[in-house]
Amino acid sequence: MKYTSQMVAKPYFIFALILLAGEILFGLLMAVQYLFGDFLFPLIPFNVLRMVHTNLLIVLILFGFMGASYYLVPEEAERELWSPKLAIITFWVFAVTGVATILGYLFVPYAELTELTFNNLLPTMGREFLEQPLPTKLGIVLVVVSYIVNVTMTVILGRKTVITTVLFTGLFFMAAFFLVAFYVPENLVLDKFLWWFTIHLWVEATWELILGAILAFVLIKVTGVDREHIDKWLYLIIAMTMISGILGTGHHFFYMGAPEYWLWIGSIASAVEPLPFFLMILFAFTMSKNRKIKHDNEMALTWAKGTAVVSFLGAGVLGFIHTLAPVNMFTHGTQLTAAHGHLSFYGAYIMIIFTIISYAMPIMRGRPHGNCAKAQALELKSFWMMNIGMVGLTLSLATAGVMQILDQRVGTELLGFMESQTTIAGVYTVRAGFGVLVFLGLLTYFASFFVKEEQIA
Amino acid sequence: MPRHLSIKAPYPPGDFAIWIIIYVELLTFSLLFIGYAFSRRAEVELFNASQLVLNQTSGFINTLILITSSYFIVKAVQSIKNMTKQTTQSANSVASKWLLSAMFLGFLFLLMKVSEFTQIFGMGINLSTNTFFMFYLLLTMFHFMHVMLGLIILGNIYQKTKRVGYTTDDYSGIETGASYWHLVDLLWIVLFPLIYIIR
Repeated sequence: MKYTSQMVAKPYFIFALILLAGEILFGLLMAVQYLFGDFLFPLIPFNVLRMVHTNLLIVLILFGFMGASYYLVPEEAERELWSPKLAIITFWVFAVTGVATILGYLFVPYAELTELTFNNLLPTMGREFLEQPLPTKLGIVLVVVSYIVNVTMTVILGRKTVITTVLFTGLFFMAAFFLVAFYVPENLVLDKFLWWFTIHLWVEATWELILGAILAFVLIKVTGVDREHIDKWLYLIIAMTMISGILGTGHHFFYMGAPEYWLWIGSIASAVEPLPFFLMILFAFTMSKNRKIKHDNEMALTWAKGTAVVSFLGAGVLGFIHTLAPVNMFTHGTQLTAAHGHLSFYGAYIMIIFTIISYAMPIMRGRPHGNCAKAQALELKSFWMMNIGMVGLTLSLATAGVMQILDQRVGTELLGFMESQTTIAGVYTVRAGFGVLVFLGLLTYFASFFVKEEQIA
Repeated sequence: MPRHLSIKAPYPPGDFAIWIIIYVELLTFSLLFIGYAFSRRAEVELFNASQLVLNQTSGFINTLILITSSYFIVKAVQSIKNMTKQTTQSANSVASKWLLSAMFLGFLFLLMKVSEFTQIFGMGINLSTNTFFMFYLLLTMFHFMHVMLGLIILGNIYQKTKRVGYTTDDYSGIETGASYWHLVDLLWIVLFPLIYIIR
């Protein structure tokens, strides 16, 4: 580690991993509820579990991104972080706000929560993924602004690189698009239309810039390939991502009251969307093949290659199979959407967080060459457990989705929702099994942190 | 004819990355062209009637403009590729003049298109008018943006020729930009007959 202020990344990484454990646990509880509908009722109903599950995901990714930025920006800018103290304050503000919000979801009925948190002053609650109470939303704005200021100041005062430029662009637009979450028009179609500006443009545009920057940083470090070479790939990938991703917003505007031309714009842009992900695979594997150094931390490179492959499968392939308008007419809102959502978030964002953590954590713990072979072997085991678990879980959900479509949307003899769910129960059991494997994989990953360093000494 | 190969592989010309972009662009436009063809089959009469509203003469002039500009780009690249160490300065200077002429035509194309769009929008036509105009506007506006990007790229290359930036060892940049400009040209050559002419 070159700069002491990079250490502020550590609590962010640790907290992100704790939140990930929570997220998976809540996911598992829901998997059980799919099989036994009254499980935990009325203590924690499904809608609350789902809200906690998705909100934890968003918050943990933000924690991961912040940790990654605070780690890589000083090294890229070749100077200490502008204000490590601000980064620590931001951490605590975000952690307290996040935990309080989750506790609020769990222990206060949602309607009551809206009253307690002044939703009447500026109604923003009650929308999927943006359920956060007003104070939490304001907290997120404060946290993100402080994060951007810290990163920007460090970059302005230090060396400017393509990686920091891409990262900054991602961060800036991420903050800008979140502001849309504060505007809730009365027209329901317009509301949904604008809602996607935050949801889609975070996930399929701005976050992808951040992902690209982190991936490029780790690849430079572990492969020793020339920065110039990596920069070119990064530009190519992000340019393609941005164009297809922004126009791809159109695939959310199908059959919801928006003009018909979105059927074409959304479908065609979505057909192109897998390409930048495919380029990312070429990028990671070409850099790995042309590497100039053999870094002892092999797991960081494994995660980097993994994130490219799994995000292509999850975001690219699984996304494309249901974003053509005529297909989406049948698949919309089924478990097929859930299948895509799970593998894309895992592949693109959770795995990139694992990538940077696996690279940076050993360094921050005084192991510049990575963890010892034994720890890395255990980590590799966790890598495969989580990946096999996630792919299995996704394939189960995709199967469930297809069954649901055939039961409820194709032909004339259609089943009701609950009736259809009963026919899918077997698949849901398999899904829960794979979910357990993912959780065990995460526990194995945690265990790899505690393997004693036998070789040093 | 003296020929000085760059240190990079002579084919495909220019940076490899531009070829990825070119193929992706071709794929995207192909999808739109195929979409147009299928939609036209379903509503032939509507497409034929709507097509009459378009100004074919200005479309044709624009085709000539783009093809000529592409020729100018070829001349610019030729001037750079044929230079020797002794003629570097004059070759860059000649190339800069060809580039400037090509850019002038590029701007002319944009002006013609703006006047066409003004006319179309003046008639109250928009993306929701019918399927033909949706495709017409999507394709031509998307292409319009490509011409704008092409001009920015040509502008950068022009600046470099002014600085005598291309040498016998390194002229990959001008080939990269030229490849992109030819793509813009090629797309229009398919787009023009498809949307304006074929009935």
